[in-house]
Amino acid sequence: MLQSFCRDISELKMRARIIRKHIIRMLAKAGSGHPGGSLSATDLIVALYYGKLNHDPRKPNWQDRDRFVLSKGHGCPALYATLAERGYFPVSELDTLRQFGSMLQGHPDMKRTPGIEISSGSLGQGLSVGVGMALAGRLDGKSYRVYVMLGDGETEEGQVWEAAMAAGHYKLDNICAIIDNNGLQIDGPIKDILSPEPIPNKWRAFGWHVIVINGHDFQQILNAYDEAEETKGMPTAIIARTVKGKGVSFMENHVEWHGKAPNPVEAEKALAELEKG
Amino acid sequence: MTEKIATRVAYGKALLELGEKNTNIVVLDADLSKSTTTAEFSKKFPTRFFNMGVAEANMMNTAAGLATCGKIPFVSTFCIFAVGRAWEQIRNTVTYCSLNVKIVATHSGVAVGGDGSSHQAIEDIAITRAIPTLTVIEPCDAVETRKAVFAASEYNGPVYIRLGRAPVPIITKPEDEYKIGRGILLKKGDDVTIVACGALVANALDAASILDNEGIKAAVINMHTLKPIDKEILIKAAKETGAIVTAEQHVLDGGLGSAVAAILAREHPTPMEFIGIDNRFGQSGEPEVLFKHYHLTAQDIVNAVRQVIKRKVQQLQSLRV
Repeated sequence: MLQSFCRDISELKMRARIIRKHIIRMLAKAGSGHPGGSLSATDLIVALYYGKLNHDPRKPNWQDRDRFVLSKGHGCPALYATLAERGYFPVSELDTLRQFGSMLQGHPDMKRTPGIEISSGSLGQGLSVGVGMALAGRLDGKSYRVYVMLGDGETEEGQVWEAAMAAGHYKLDNICAIIDNNGLQIDGPIKDILSPEPIPNKWRAFGWHVIVINGHDFQQILNAYDEAEETKGMPTAIIARTVKGKGVSFMENHVEWHGKAPNPVEAEKALAELEKG
Repeated sequence: MTEKIATRVAYGKALLELGEKNTNIVVLDADLSKSTTTAEFSKKFPTRFFNMGVAEANMMNTAAGLATCGKIPFVSTFCIFAVGRAWEQIRNTVTYCSLNVKIVATHSGVAVGGDGSSHQAIEDIAITRAIPTLTVIEPCDAVETRKAVFAASEYNGPVYIRLGRAPVPIITKPEDEYKIGRGILLKKGDDVTIVACGALVANALDAASILDNEGIKAAVINMHTLKPIDKEILIKAAKETGAIVTAEQHVLDGGLGSAVAAILAREHPTPMEFIGIDNRFGQSGEPEVLFKHYHLTAQDIVNAVRQVIKRKVQQLQSLRV
């Protein structure tokens, strides 16, 4: 482990604010993308990359690293910004999001971006990939852990439950699913579109240890990551209750900000708010 | 009489050999390990075998995850489920990421027999060939299956291998050279070339023998790799024989015939006829009965050769006028 852990809550909050500002700037520059789900996932991703993951940005393919799979690939601005701030690639690359020839595609692309473990974007596939990584780790006697972030709407995909069943069956205690439970999907509230509730009970029924947390409370997030690591004999699902668009008042809990970039005036307003904290 | 072995049986044996040689080889199956014959591997190497249950989409991406960690996963089930059910997993994760996953599926074509249409993949070549950079292979017999499985394991990248349930005659020899992407001229001939894959290669050779007796010299090419397809051997055959018949156990849309036609239309337009399933689904029945019903027999190939030679002659005559 060559990265230093940061478990200081005020520093993590400061880091998250930087990431959120990057997200707003990147999306405004790109003119398209997904602010809502990027902002809801930010604190969970920041806590992971600054306070939990065993990783080394100078050696993104280091065999013993912990793996993070962003199965809800549309939230990639949050991950790109975090990877850049962590040193996987220059922060200046963030300006190229979604442009022709950019290393930062509209959805994660492992062949173009250092630190991306698997290409994603087509929902429902990431947890299965994580199961494969976890099986490989067990087979090789390695101690690395696998974290997979899913959207709550994403869990409407049947494949998620195939993967949940497999992880439960194989008792993969080296995998942790993080459900960004912001309650909204493109067409509206998840409870109105195709409700995956009760989410915690479903994961328990598939043989997972379940932890429900406030996904914007860094202490709760870090505690949950630690509890997941300490839980043996079964995989852990962290159901993180989050706010879509978190940190930008006019985006918070508004479904239309799922997949719309802010215009320059909106971006200005959002950045001013984030600056104040 | 020629010995008959199903290509799926040869696969199970090849896996045992490979498993011994390379500890990175892992095998995944979706509750069909007895049918696909991966069960033999599971007995010999239980820790490297994962039965993923009746959940093909998850199985495909689990294989992808294993591949990111340096494993060489062989993923098996029936063709219809491997590349039908899990097509998008193969497209978006396995192939887009260039992962070293080998999809070796069995029960291709109507030769599945009694199970009927739901289990007879007749579109799988088209839908896998359409995926950029994916390698697509259909061996013609048990001997070639072993070579294909070994070659796939040595190749770094995703490969789809299409195998069959029913026993097929051994028509190749262990010492014959085999290279992914390189078609094999099995029989020389000046009048026409039959280009075939899989179980239809044996029928093509039978057709060529029948035609020999009629004084028609047919060349036969075993096009075991559907993608990347061997352009050179096709262009040479078109130039030398001036008429082509393709033969496959697959729908006519998007399969071997389409691939060959697309190349020759640009490189060397040549009269062609196509043996394959014409816009219909399969059904239950003995493989031989189904081959007759869907016009996949040696006699059907003979008829197609007569047709194409008629067109070749007409074309030559019209050029002289």
